[in-house]
This record gives sequence, C-alpha cells and structure tokens, in this order.
Amino acid sequence: MSALARKALRDLWHLRGQALAIALVIAAGIANLVMAQSTYESLQQTREHFYREYAFADVFASAKRVPQTVSARIAGILGVQTVQTRLMASGTLHLAGFDDPVRAQLLSVPKEGGQPDLNRLYLRAGRLPLADGHHEAVIGEAFANAHGLKPGDAVEATIYGHRQRLDIVGVAISPEYIYQIQPGATFPDYRRFAIVWINERVLESALDMQGAFNSVTLRLRPGIDPAAVIDELDRLLARYGGLGAYAREDQISNHFLNEELRQLQMMAKLFPIIFLSVAAFLLSVVMTRLIDTQRDQVAILKAFGYSAREIGRHFLAIVGAIAATGAVLGIAGGAWLGSLLAGIYQEFYRFPFLDYHLSAVSITTGLVVAIVAAFLGAWRAVVKAVRLPPAEAMRPPAPARFHASLLERAGLIRLLSQPNRMILRNIERRPWKAALSVIGLALACAIMMVGRFQENAINRMIDVQLRVAAHQDISVDFIEATGRAALSELRALPDVRAVEPVRSVAVRLRHANYSYRTGLSGLARDASLRRPVDALLQPITAPDSGVLLTDYLQQRLHVEVGDQLEIDVLQGRQARIEVKVAGFVHEYIGAQAYMDLDAMNRLLGDGDVVSGALLAVDARSDQDLFARLDRRPRIAGFSERRTDIQSFYDTMGESLLVFTFISMLLGGVINFGVVYNSARIALSERGRELASLRVLGFTRGEIGHILLGELFMLVAASIPLGCAAGWALCWIMVRNLQSDLFRVPLVLLPSTFAFAILTMAGSTLVSAMIVRRRIARLDLVAVLKTRE
Amino acid sequence: MNDDVVFRAQGLTKVYHMGDVDVHALRGVDLDLRRGELVVLLGPSGSGKSTLLNILGGLDVPSAGHVWYDGHDLTKASERELTRFRRQHVGFVFQFYNLIPSLTARENVAIVTEIAEDPMTPEEALRRVGLEDRMDHFPSQLSGGQQQRIAIARAIAKRPSVLLCDEPTGALDSATGVHVLEAIETINATLGTTTVVITHNADIARMAHRVLYLGDGRIVSEKLNDARTPASELTW
Ligand SMILES: Nc1ncnc2c1ncn2[C@@H]1O[C@H](COP(=O)(O)OP(=O)(O)OP(=O)(O)O)[C@@H](O)[C@H]1O
Ligand SMILES: [Mg+2]
Repeated sequence: MSALARKALRDLWHLRGQALAIALVIAAGIANLVMAQSTYESLQQTREHFYREYAFADVFASAKRVPQTVSARIAGILGVQTVQTRLMASGTLHLAGFDDPVRAQLLSVPKEGGQPDLNRLYLRAGRLPLADGHHEAVIGEAFANAHGLKPGDAVEATIYGHRQRLDIVGVAISPEYIYQIQPGATFPDYRRFAIVWINERVLESALDMQGAFNSVTLRLRPGIDPAAVIDELDRLLARYGGLGAYAREDQISNHFLNEELRQLQMMAKLFPIIFLSVAAFLLSVVMTRLIDTQRDQVAILKAFGYSAREIGRHFLAIVGAIAATGAVLGIAGGAWLGSLLAGIYQEFYRFPFLDYHLSAVSITTGLVVAIVAAFLGAWRAVVKAVRLPPAEAMRPPAPARFHASLLERAGLIRLLSQPNRMILRNIERRPWKAALSVIGLALACAIMMVGRFQENAINRMIDVQLRVAAHQDISVDFIEATGRAALSELRALPDVRAVEPVRSVAVRLRHANYSYRTGLSGLARDASLRRPVDALLQPITAPDSGVLLTDYLQQRLHVEVGDQLEIDVLQGRQARIEVKVAGFVHEYIGAQAYMDLDAMNRLLGDGDVVSGALLAVDARSDQDLFARLDRRPRIAGFSERRTDIQSFYDTMGESLLVFTFISMLLGGVINFGVVYNSARIALSERGRELASLRVLGFTRGEIGHILLGELFMLVAASIPLGCAAGWALCWIMVRNLQSDLFRVPLVLLPSTFAFAILTMAGSTLVSAMIVRRRIARLDLVAVLKTRE
Repeated sequence: MNDDVVFRAQGLTKVYHMGDVDVHALRGVDLDLRRGELVVLLGPSGSGKSTLLNILGGLDVPSAGHVWYDGHDLTKASERELTRFRRQHVGFVFQFYNLIPSLTARENVAIVTEIAEDPMTPEEALRRVGLEDRMDHFPSQLSGGQQQRIAIARAIAKRPSVLLCDEPTGALDSATGVHVLEAIETINATLGTTTVVITHNADIARMAHRVLYLGDGRIVSEKLNDARTPASELTW
C-alpha cells in the first residue's frame, strides 16, 4: 500500500466518529432510495409478469343482460384479439362462527371447466370447478387466509336471495383482484369481502341468465388505442343495459397499483434528497476542517512533487470511503426495508409471488448517488486543497478575525456572561456554517414530523368520510333499481329506526375537453344518514337541479360553480343530461357526483327508483337483522359502517406505528450527524482555546457550556424553522399523493409538533452526552503542546 | 553557460500585493549556484531568504526575472512542469520539519521515494541520517532533532540534485542542530548534492563553501570560505 493511501486510512480512522455519523446520514438516504427503488422495480416487474402470464384484459365492460350471439360482434370490433364473456353477481357468504355479513363478488368460469381465456386464475391450492361441479367454488386467497379456509371446506352462499352450499375446491389469485375492495367500501376488508369463482352454469341458473352474459373483457391487438374500441363496445352494449366500458387504466385494482408505484417513485426522490443534502453539508464542513488542519501537509506533498491531481484524488478517496461506507450500509438497510415493505405489500396486494429482488440497477444507483452527493459536498474543500499555493501554505494561517457581535454593538453584551459572549461571537464569525447547521437540524425536525403526520391525516380522513359525512349503521345494495316499495319493506323490519333511499348510477362526467368516469348518487332532500359536507364540514344539499362534485373533480374537470356539466349516464336509458354545478363536496376518498334523488330520477327518466338504502338501527350488529336482510331476494349485499372503520385500524394501525418509529429514527440520525459533527469540529477548532481556559481555571462544566451552548442555541433556532419545514415537507407529500382514489389532508396537530420538538431535544441530549465524554478526556498538555 | 552552474537567477523580483501596499520581498537578485556547492544564505528577518529559496525550488514564481535550472527556464514552466521538476530534482527541509503526523518515519520517507525515479530505499535514507532504529516511530514519538533528521532523510531519499533547507536548525538547541547539520554536510559531500541552507546564525556559515548575505531583497555581499569548518566543530 502506498504511503499516501496509508495516510488516507489513518486520517479516516482519526475522523472515525464524524465519518461514521456522516456515513449514517448517507446510509439513511440511500436506504430510502434503495428501498423505494427496489420495491418499485419488484412490484412493477411482478405485476407485468403476472399480467402477461395470466392474460390480464385490456378492456372491461358490464351490462344488464347480453345475448351470447353479441359476443361474435364484439370480436369483430377492429383491434380486438380475444373476447371473454362471463357472468358476475354479488352475493353473501355465511361462515360458521363468523357473524358479520360477508359480501361476495361472484364470477363465472367456463362451463366446460378449465381456465377462462382472459384474467386466468393462479391456483394457490386445489383446482378449478369441474364442468359438472355444481357446488364447486374457488375462493380468493385473501379471504381464504383471513378465515383459514382451504379446499375441502364448505361455505353457505346467498345469491339473489337463493341460498346454497358451496364446496371449496381451490384457492386462487387473479390479476383482476390484486387489490381487492368491496364496492362502496373505503378500505379493503379481507374478512368481510370475498371473490368467488363458480361454474358459469351455476350462476346462469341463479341469475336466470341462460344464453346471456353480463360482463365481458377484451384483449386488444398490440398497439391498439382502447378509446376507439371502448366507444364501439359502448354502442354495441347500449341496448343491453351496458354500464360503460373502461380501459385497464381505470380498472380499480390496476389503478391502485399505479398509484402505489407513483408514490414509490416519489419516495425514491424526496427523502434521499433531504438526507443526501445534509450529508453533503456535513462532508463539506468536515473536509474543510480537515484540509485546513493539513495545509502544511498538503504543501509538503506539493513541494516534493505530488501533483494537484494526486492531492485531489487523495482527499476524494477519503470522501469516497465515507460515501461508500454509507452506501453499503444504505443498500443493505434498503434491501432489508424493501423486503419488509414487500411483505407489507403482500398483505395489501395479492400477487401469486412477490419476487422481491435487489437489482444491479438499484445497487448501482445507490452507490453512484451516494458518491456523487458526497463529492458535491466535499468539492469546494478539495478544490481549496488542490489550489493551495505550496509556498504560502507553509506559513501558518492568519488568525481568525473576530468582530464585535451585533448584540455587542447593540450594547446588549453586558447582559451576557463571558462564556455566552464567546458562544455568540463564534456563531457570528461563521454565519454560513451556523445557518447550514440550523437548516440541517430543521430537516431532522421535519422528518420526525412526517411519521406523525400520516397518522393525523388518516385519522382526519376517516373522521370526515366515515363519521361527519356518514351516519348510517348499515348500507344495503339492491340487485337492480327498484321502486320505493322496497324501502317500506326494510322499514318494517324490527330494530330498523330509519331508512333512507339512495340511487347510484355509473356516469361519465364531461366538461370542455375533460371527462371522468365515476358514480352519481342521488340522495333524499331531507337525508340525515348520508350528508356530504363542504370544506368547513357543514352539510350541503344539492339544489333541485344542480349537481355537487367531490372537490377533487374541480381541478380534474376544470369546473367552477355555475358551469354546465354534461353527464352521460352509462346505464338504464343511457340518458345524456346537462346540469349546473351547484357546489363542491369535501371528500378525501374517491371522487363522485351527488344530486337530489327526485331531480335525478326526473332527469334520468327511469321512473321513481332507488338502488340501495341506508339504515339506522337500534341494536348494533343484530344477527337477527342480518339474517332477515340476507333472505331478501332483491338485496345484493350489505355492509356495516362500524366494521369498515374497525377493519381499517386493524390493518393500518401497526404499520403506522412502524412508520412513525422509522421516521423518528431517521430524523434522529440527521440530528446526531449534525450535532456530533458540529461539536467535534468546534472541539478541534477551539481545542487550544478551551484547553487554555481550563489552564486558567475554568471548570469542565464551563468548558462544556461554551462548546455545547453553541449547539443548543443552534438546535433552539432550528426548531421553529424545522416545524415550518415539516409543514412544507408534508405539503409536498400531500401534493404528490393526490389522486382520484384519495387525497391526504394536510393536518398537523399540536401533538405532532410537540412530538418532533421533544424528539429533537432528546436526540440532541444524547449527542451532547457523547461529545461531553470527549471534553472530559481533553488532554490539556497535548493540546497546548502541538502546533496548530 | 558554465557547465558547472546548476542554478542561474537573473533579476529576480518578487512583489506581494497586500491590499493597498506592495511588499517587495526581492528586488533584483542575480545568482549562480554550482554543482556540489554548499551555500549558506544569511540575512535579517524579512530580507527575502525564504522567498528566494521557494522560487529556486519551484514552489513559487517570481514577479520578474528568470531562473534557469540546468538550462531550463523555470519561470516559463507550466504548473505541471514545475511539479515534475520538484518531483525529480529538489529536496526541501523546513524549519518546522513538516512531517506528516499520521505516517511513521519510514512512511514519511516512502511517500517521496514512491514517486521518485531513482530513489534510495527509505531504510537507506534513514540510515544516512542515523535513524535506522526509529523507522517505525510516529513523529509525535520523536524529538525535534530526530524529526528534522527524518525531514532530511525524506529530502535526500530521491537523490535530488539540489537540497534546499530553510532554517533547518531554527527550532533546535545547538547540540541537536549540529547533528542535523552534520547530516546535511555528509549528504553534500557523499552525494554531491548542491545545497542551500538558510539560517540566522552566522556561525553556521563557517561550514559553507560560499556565504551569501541578503538584505532588503538584494544580495548585499558574498564571501568564499577558504577553510571550511566541519559541522561537528561548530558551536553557538
Ligand atoms: N505570501 C506573502 N504575502 C505577503 N507578503 C509576504 C508573503 N510572503 C512573504 N512576504 C513578505 O516578504 C518579505 C520577505 O519574506 P521572507 O519570508 O522571504 O523573509 P525571510 O528572509 O525568510 O524572513 P525570516 O528570516 O523571518 O524567515 C517579508 O516582508 C514578508 O512579510
Ligand atoms: Mg524565512
């Protein structure tokens, strides 16, 4: 090993505390990057693979009842490669020992047995229903796991009021249901929602659909634009009660996955940028100090013929070693976090396999990003060493210049003790370094806020969506639009206190060039169980002939109150109506339109009908009531609001805690990095001064006060800034997380600020204690003896 | 040009601009240094000794005038050429030793031999200054005189054509200083290295072939020593 390399190693060893602190900050950034990047890749590739192997469709459509003969005409649409028709229905399942209602999404598999042509099933266990398997069913894996069901078990199912036994022959996963959410629900609930595949013959007779289908999926030829095919398909299905075809992008499971991938991409940028900026700043401080103390060594090397390039390479090697250590730790940490995250994804998303792997690209990206960031940080210091004129460097540097501080000039200095004056002068002497330290600490504070912010935001979302705007106990969906007599029947059930009608239809909203496919809900004028609220959380009702839109649609459709909105109804008589936008509804989840029920029925022209009901009941979770609802033939399914909230906290609670903890840890890393490095630099810059003070009789405590007092002042200054930065960081996240699926509100409760401030104080104290141990060991003689 | 002349300087001036004032460190120095010569440079503080030495060694460039080394004009050399010149031909010794504290004695020498063309081994260089038994000590474990001898070993290990010493004994007591000067004298005698020694100490001048007196940026006088005193007999 060359002597210069040996010097680099010994310098590194000498700096090990600081180098490690910086490496940790780099590692935190790279871990974030690698975690997000590798999870993104794994998720993306797994999804592509699954879609391809299991023939995920390109276009989806459902209708009321379409004769099988139409299938050939669909196949004739230009660009269509494969057509798969099928039957779909809602139902209810009954499990021994589980009292809550379980909604089932029933799908047919081909009569002759075997896989469908599109959206094939990946069988985790068992087999597909046989051609003559009348009671055979395959159930989705999420539901099977939630209840411990396996092939050989049996469940009872109610399909359109008709109850029958189903023998489970298989457990499967489908590319259509990687993300599974019950219609109308806010969050997935694997215990109360099941996907069930049964032979087409069975569904045919239950639905009375011989020779017909109500759902069709298409695979298009490569390079075909789905929009044209969708228009053609809508035209074909119009008179069979078509509900509007849609492309893969709008398919709910796929849409959720796209959003998830988008978030991962954001994470791969946002957090690494913060950590690596702080690391770059720390490296710049540490390398500047190192090179300042080694001016004469640099000069000697130059005097003996080392070139500027060799000197630069030498210092960059030190920086590179710190960055590489950080990168290696970060890549390992990122891979670990990534596999944890992939595990969490396995809970939320149903893939046959989530093949988590750390790609060469992720590793290289992590390494390159770490080293580039470190070099950028150290650049100025290294250039200084490279440019150092050797003759001049042999002279000791000019003594630092001190000015009377601002406070002194203001005459306030007399209020301060001598140590406090030293602190103040020192901060004022290097305003930039102080400012950057404050910024670094503020970023630590900001990161600590992020974890708690998620919790605040989610609580608010649930509160508004499921408590302020919704009061029903049970929502009931009818199989199809029916007259209001159905409501009276519900009202007559025991324990039912109130019943309110709803009607939901699939629509396409249009304004100017913008359009959005969603649901339109009609609510009774005097509704009290479901009340949309405005931004101030005050209930608003649609006027007689206006429509209310989720506020998100304001920007999506570029509409204002008073604008005319075109609504293509995608079902029933396929009415096309024009209504004024009467206001915006404040909602965090989903995006839809609301109208007055009577006005809606008048405009749509399908008669005075409803498609569901909201119930308030006296006794909650009344099993007797569930049983009665279940026996009604016209009820497709029902769900409880209470369990919707509960199931959310069941699934999310733990991961929120983990997230808060991780962000606390990451913020702590930055805090430690900045505090420890500042203290060490101060100790090195001012060791002589402090040792002289000790010789003059200052106590260790007083010395500690001078050294750490400066840091405490910086930390104190960083906290208001950190709170503002935390707010800004959350704002950036909120902006980037916006989608039609959900909007995260920017809610930061006082407790979140308090949490961040306390964590900052705590980690500052820990860092300070470590530094104090060094002060205690400060060797007076050695410090005073050595030549600076 | 005389074949024996290693360095020739003509009209060297050096002006430092310090804000509004110009400091004239050198005001026109003419000088020849012959091969194998040991020259002592005397002069009061601030007279420009270090400035002259740095220019000769290619560490600094003059404001005007020329320096030729072996017929090459150093004042026309690029930064890269100056670096190569220092790497191949010059050894420096400074008042404060300027060893690299994180390297052992042997490594402090090796750092120079590793980039030189025909160096002696670090061990041999250290033996020549009488420090073969301290090779694995760090500078902080050595006395000032020992450190300075390592600095000399470092300077001569590459077999330089010139050895430039700026107050090599400035920080040492006289007995130790004599030790260091002996080392320099031996190198000059055995390797024939052209040597320049800056000092404040007129006694040291007795070991030189030639003594130059610098005053206010000029060479004010020159003296040839007919009878040199060996370093070992110097006292002050
Ligand atoms: N980098 C510099 N910037 C400004 N002035 C300088 C610089 N280097 C030297 N000088 C000035 O040039 C003059 C000559 O300096 P030099 O170091 O050559 O003197 P010296 O003879 O070596 O003195 P000493 O015996 O004290 O070492 C002095 O007045 C000094 O202040
Ligand atoms: Mg000098």
